[in-house]
Amino acid sequence: MAAASTDIVYPHEHLLGIEGLNPFEIQAILDLADRYVEQNRQDDKTTPILKGRTLINLFFENSTRTRTSFELAAKRLGLDVINISVATSAIKKGETLVDTAMTLNAMHPDILAVRHGDSGAVALLAQKVNCAVINAGDGSHEHPTQALLDAVTIRRRKGRINGLTVAICGDVAHSRVARSNIQLLHTMGAQVRVVAPPTLLPPAMDRFGVDIFTDMEAGLKDVDIVMMLRLQTERMQGSYVPSVREYYYYYGLDRAKLGFAKEDALVMHPGPMNRGVEIASDLADDIDRSVIREQVEMGVAVRMACIDLLTRNQARRVAAVDG
Amino acid sequence: MARGRIAYLNARLLDPASGLDAPGALLVDDGKIADFGPHLFRDGAPSVREVVDCQGHCLAPGLVDMRVHLREPGEEYLESIDGLGDAALAGGVTEAACLPNTHPPIDDVPVVEFIARRAREAKKVKLTCYGALTRGLAGTEITEIGLLQQAGAIAFTDGDKATANAKLLARAMKYAASFDAMIVQHPEEPSLAEGGLVNRGELASRLGLSAIPPEAEVIMVERDLRLAAMSDARLHFAHVTTAPAIAAIAEARARGQRVTCDTAPHYFALNETAIGDYRTYAKVSPPLRSEEDRRAVVQGLAEGVIDAVASDHAPHDQDSKRLPFAQASFGVIGVETLLPLTLELYHNRHLSLLEALALVTERPASLLRLPAGRLKKGAPADLVIFDPDKPWRIQEENLASQAKNTAFDLRPVQGHALLTVVDGRRVYCAPDGPFA
Repeated sequence: MAAASTDIVYPHEHLLGIEGLNPFEIQAILDLADRYVEQNRQDDKTTPILKGRTLINLFFENSTRTRTSFELAAKRLGLDVINISVATSAIKKGETLVDTAMTLNAMHPDILAVRHGDSGAVALLAQKVNCAVINAGDGSHEHPTQALLDAVTIRRRKGRINGLTVAICGDVAHSRVARSNIQLLHTMGAQVRVVAPPTLLPPAMDRFGVDIFTDMEAGLKDVDIVMMLRLQTERMQGSYVPSVREYYYYYGLDRAKLGFAKEDALVMHPGPMNRGVEIASDLADDIDRSVIREQVEMGVAVRMACIDLLTRNQARRVAAVDG
Repeated sequence: MARGRIAYLNARLLDPASGLDAPGALLVDDGKIADFGPHLFRDGAPSVREVVDCQGHCLAPGLVDMRVHLREPGEEYLESIDGLGDAALAGGVTEAACLPNTHPPIDDVPVVEFIARRAREAKKVKLTCYGALTRGLAGTEITEIGLLQQAGAIAFTDGDKATANAKLLARAMKYAASFDAMIVQHPEEPSLAEGGLVNRGELASRLGLSAIPPEAEVIMVERDLRLAAMSDARLHFAHVTTAPAIAAIAEARARGQRVTCDTAPHYFALNETAIGDYRTYAKVSPPLRSEEDRRAVVQGLAEGVIDAVASDHAPHDQDSKRLPFAQASFGVIGVETLLPLTLELYHNRHLSLLEALALVTERPASLLRLPAGRLKKGAPADLVIFDPDKPWRIQEENLASQAKNTAFDLRPVQGHALLTVVDGRRVYCAPDGPFA
């Protein structure tokens, strides 16, 4: 099933962001992920093509879903998986990121999945380690595997990405998911809108090539995809928006607001959801409109594809050295 | 009597204060400038201990860097007074004014005396210091401005922190005015800048870094101009970086207000794109600005609104810079690259050579009322001989400074100090230069 092809379709050492990937590279990841979706639906979900390799999940921010998704993806390809959660480790006790990189190098991992609260931190780590690094989210910068799994989800439902209109709604300012998705959707030919209160839009948003709306009715009009973002609790009470009540009233996605979008528009959310804050509970669970659970399924397949491509790339580098 | 007499012959004498730019000679006697001019020694060889043939190179007053972060006392591992001396002299800087953010801060007379003693012992660059404007730089109580000034503090500031409390600052200005003491402000409205790392704009948004709006500068400048007008205080704004702030200062000055300002080389030689992919060596406070603002700084220098250029030299070790951008320290070293970067203004034809040189000699010396920065009979012989055209490349590993956090690594520049003289003593000699 997996990766019989020896074509090198992903020429990069790491996956640090969607920025810098061309449409062919993105398509290659999506195609491979599609094949892993099928594998994951079989009884025997494991093809140990990467047996003997090691993935380290290095999470400086708490996360259950993304970490689990990487762990499952790696195990289905036969890798050994170590989880290091910094909240409970020595790294918090003053060890710098570069020290951590040195320590990890000594353990010879083949691939690292790293999440960090600071923008740019994963790229810094990648400079210091001698293995492939997947950015599992850095600050407000990028979360490339999320954008890729969103793309797989869209492509499977809509048959294409090119030409679709996608509205990204909510806390765009602090969202790495939004930044990666804007990059990916633009690269793949979609129209992107952002819909948010002005306080949750990053400065100079007009330079991102997106259409900007501060009103859900106008912003959702005739869109194919409604992508909701999570509003962090600490931003709900007065600092960026006055209250959860007011936010939900103007920006929470419910059936009335979804009514402005196309009839067959899909609802997406990167999770975890704040029900009753950015999305109405019944809408989130409506399997005709919401693809939120499917996104989670695609997450595993996309991460398998990324792990596969990045380690294949390593094999090529070794071959190049030997040859 | 020839003892202590040194003749510098065959020099291109540059004195921004008097406008002198002519071939000539200079005589040092007992650590002081005894005489100089185009016609000196025309009537015969002088009786001297030593003759230095300048080979036509520029001989100018040593540079005065009016804004340097001192790490001693408290953080000697970053840079000692001795280490600062080596870096400064290699850059042709003969006098530096140190900010009060040491540990303990310079908010009490003994600290001023300690630094003066350590500088005397190091016998390298001359050091003067700013006094803290508020105790512990905490922004709540005024320091002993009179006593600190008497001990040698040349002006008063909370260093790299804005003095935010308007009532306190107004009172401090009023009090300082009676000692004719200058107050130096870090012009950045702290609540607007809070948590910010880089200039607000597209780059910050793309990198996902929290931003500081450029308006934070002009808001503080305009407020402080009003406060200063209440007491006719001497107010100086450190490192101005934005077009509106420069315009506000120009207007105040046109109204007759006593206000001055400086900027640092990174604000006219770099813009925010130097941050690129999270380069922490370009993380400075205030942040690097847009290209439009960078040009406004150049224009402010060309039009004389900005009085001086200071390096804002801030040594950090790798541990505080090799970090995720948000966690890295603010600041770059600069005392050693002040001359070539300021000369870029001359090479890029924004200023004449004398005008560019004035920004780092006579002008800061006048602002701080230091007997330095000019060629004057009887003045201390603090001199630099340099080649304004010599091309070289700034390279971290070749800098004399122990700290390597320059924002200009690998930048090609022109102009290099060949020989630095303090009180008539030869204190630095470029290893690859003609005086080695």
